[in-house]
Amino acid sequence: MSGDSNGLRPDLALITGWIKPGSRILDLGCGDGALLAHLARTRQVRGYGLEIDPDNIARCLESGVNVIEVDVDDGLRDFKDGSFDYVVMTQALQAMQRPDHVVSEILRVGRTGIVTFPNFGHWKVRLALARGRMPATPALPDTWYATANIHLCTVADFEDLCRARGWNVRQRSLMGHERRDEGALRLMPNLLAEVALYMLER
Amino acid sequence: MNASELPADSVGLVTPRKVAIDRPLALDCGKTLPRHDLMVETYGALNAEGSNAILICHALSGDHHAAGYHAGGDKKPGWWDSCIGPGKPIDTRRFHVVALNNLGGCRGSTGPGTINPDTGKPWGPDFPIVTVRDWVRSQALLADALGIRQWAAVIGGSLGGFQVMQWAIDFPDRIRHALVIAAAPKLSAQNIAFNEIARQAILSDPDYHGGHFYGQNVVPSRGLKLARMLGHITYLSDAAMREKFGSVLKSGAMGFNYDVEFEVESYLRYQGQSFVDRFDANTYLLMTKALDYFDPARDFGDSLAEAFRRARAKFLVVAFSSDWRFAPARSREIVRALVEAGRDVSYALIDSQLGHDDFLMPLPEYNRVLATYLGRAAAEVNA
Repeated sequence: MSGDSNGLRPDLALITGWIKPGSRILDLGCGDGALLAHLARTRQVRGYGLEIDPDNIARCLESGVNVIEVDVDDGLRDFKDGSFDYVVMTQALQAMQRPDHVVSEILRVGRTGIVTFPNFGHWKVRLALARGRMPATPALPDTWYATANIHLCTVADFEDLCRARGWNVRQRSLMGHERRDEGALRLMPNLLAEVALYMLER
Repeated sequence: MNASELPADSVGLVTPRKVAIDRPLALDCGKTLPRHDLMVETYGALNAEGSNAILICHALSGDHHAAGYHAGGDKKPGWWDSCIGPGKPIDTRRFHVVALNNLGGCRGSTGPGTINPDTGKPWGPDFPIVTVRDWVRSQALLADALGIRQWAAVIGGSLGGFQVMQWAIDFPDRIRHALVIAAAPKLSAQNIAFNEIARQAILSDPDYHGGHFYGQNVVPSRGLKLARMLGHITYLSDAAMREKFGSVLKSGAMGFNYDVEFEVESYLRYQGQSFVDRFDANTYLLMTKALDYFDPARDFGDSLAEAFRRARAKFLVVAFSSDWRFAPARSREIVRALVEAGRDVSYALIDSQLGHDDFLMPLPEYNRVLATYLGRAAAEVNA
């Protein structure tokens, strides 16, 4: 997913508010580098993005974002324990071979992990499934046969995993499609959140 | 082909020139060269601020002729013509490109085949064994002579990439971008083993005469040929060799003799022979030694990250998937150390077939990475 033309993707804008100025950041599946470029400008962070798509790598190079061609599914063995203030993964967790291993690696390499993913519990998803169809929503636009998303989960599933592994949720933010959803979102996150953002620590 | 028929994206006809370095150069071995010459070619204009210069560092058998043609009738352009020229990744419309033959080389720069002023005879085996650090110091003197205070980028593949890393460590203020291609942080035991066999092939050739073969009217051609044949095996992947040569008998039947019976044999013999005609055995020995000795971490408690902490340049590291001589894992060691040192670094792994030699090939993905990275580097210096 790339940033829209007139600004940063909303989840990336929200993450920016979570990042302390001057920190060291690793962005897993950094896409075109929009988040890192934005954080470098507004938060003076030093960072690296990991990416495997050649077009995205070229875009990162074009905008001066440090990009390292590494498949996150192979683990983060090139990176030392606690060597980054934040390890961020936005909207890519569901495309990993083993999302649980990846989060575990995120929390090994980063002092803080930030993970965002599309909530498969959203009512539009449920509605589509209730009609007997794989969902195609704004957060999950691809057809079932062409999607990279192989490990989708709901907000409730993810929080179960965090509890089971002992990961501390330091912050959570849920985004619906409409701003006015906010109050309802708090009441029924698993039903109304389209995108979920978590700040995790060990 | 005459001059008017040169390709439009070529730098065209170029003339090498000899640059005299009249300042003493203290070498790692303890000796000092009071002066030396370097053969140089340049392409593209230096801008008024002198900020758009790129240095090209060559590998084992390279030289100053990196791009263009010396004469209209040349069969082949310079060794990296696919990458250097107007509109090419190293764009000579924006950059002033400097290519040289390293000290100890055999293409006109001071080296074993040139005259030792103390004896009036060719240096031969008495030419000091130089290191990558010595080359970089010599290149810095060259930059002074050319009026280049800081390189917009230093670029090199293989042994050339070693020089790029050394530049970033030894002259942090004189290099803005370091492009390290198909390289390694140092040689592996396997790499050194191949070099040792190459050296033994030359040293044990009776025509080597302890390195003083210039006066004997012979060259240790058998040894040098074997060394090059061996080298060529390491430049190609198994799959590329299979594809290129197969393993079918040329005549269709076994000859029960030691003539050329397989395609790969004639390829290696041809490559070996043509190398003998253009390369010096003493230079080959010296180059392999420079490779073996290279280890920038050695001076920093064996920590490459510590070595890179001195660097200020931004790095681009490029590896090729089919390269087993300096495999991608070796490039990742470099990247890991740079990240640990907090340096700016990007790393691209190019999907490739040929092997180590792919760093000289015009692969679209490779060219795009270089062009994109250098496009940004050019904008930084208003090139």
